[in-house]
Amino acid sequence: MSRPAHRRPAYHKINKDLFVLTYGALVAQLCKDYEKDEDVNQYLDKMGYGIGTRLVEDFLARSCVGRCHSYSEITDIIAQVAFKMYLGITPSVTCNNSSRNEFSLILDKNPLVEFVEELPAGRSSLCYCNLLCGIIRGALEMVHLAADVTFLQDRLRGDSVTEIGITFLKKREEKKYRRKK
Amino acid sequence: MADEALFLLLHNEMVSGVYKSAEQGEVENGRCITKLENMGFRVGQGLIERFTKDTARFKDELDIMKFICKDFWTTVFKKQIDNLRTNHQGIYVLQDNKFRLLTQMSAGKQYLEHASKYLAFTCGLIRGGLSNLGIKSIVTAEVSSMPACKFQLMR
Repeated sequence: MSRPAHRRPAYHKINKDLFVLTYGALVAQLCKDYEKDEDVNQYLDKMGYGIGTRLVEDFLARSCVGRCHSYSEITDIIAQVAFKMYLGITPSVTCNNSSRNEFSLILDKNPLVEFVEELPAGRSSLCYCNLLCGIIRGALEMVHLAADVTFLQDRLRGDSVTEIGITFLKKREEKKYRRKK
Repeated sequence: MADEALFLLLHNEMVSGVYKSAEQGEVENGRCITKLENMGFRVGQGLIERFTKDTARFKDELDIMKFICKDFWTTVFKKQIDNLRTNHQGIYVLQDNKFRLLTQMSAGKQYLEHASKYLAFTCGLIRGGLSNLGIKSIVTAEVSSMPACKFQLMR
């Protein structure tokens, strides 16, 4: 039986697997170290915050996005550029309230949970992907936007979709800074 | 996909997180390297499974080591191992002159004492990969001058 000699595996897929598997090993280790789900969630959020504060520089350098003028523009960029760049997915964006500072990102495909079948027994309130919330929060803070980012729904916990909620906290200053010509 | 930055940052956060919880007295200092190495072990096992799904069977141990040095290292760190030495009796030394996880840290002797923390995960990665290929080993790393490092493998 002839087989193609040493077919090269898809390198970028393996690279993505590296990140996903490392994240899984990290969560497994945290579950061993901390008994309470809230502690694990908080730890993941803090880690994500540290990552996000640094990742935003990498993102801005790679993507060359222009200045944003509204929260919805920012959320669109997070969903369509940032998520696409780092995770290869494009979540859909919905706006949750009329004052236009609460948004939701709906992820129909989440690469981080590719190898997760279900949450371990007794860990029903674990936010497996809480790192993402921390990353978004840290990144936004580095561009001077305070936001609250949490998981509103999570497929691993039995909901139908995975939904990340972003609530921008401070009102943006009305005064526009004129660029010096 | 620009996930190299993502993995690098995650790795650095993991190292600092593990050591921070050690400072708070929850875990002894020596355990931190073990924890990181064990995480790397598990990841290495999974990674090598996915990677070698379609590759041909390896002829012998040296073939496996060459695979690790060339294909595996290229996929994970975007470059090959620069030098592989062996005494043909079960000891291998893999030398990487510009180790991806250390290049951002320093280019000389600065922070040399912290380098071992950032190599523990990779030692586990190698050990895990080899373990799933049927080779039980002990992997240690040493750095004499950043970012070059040597991984020593003992069967």
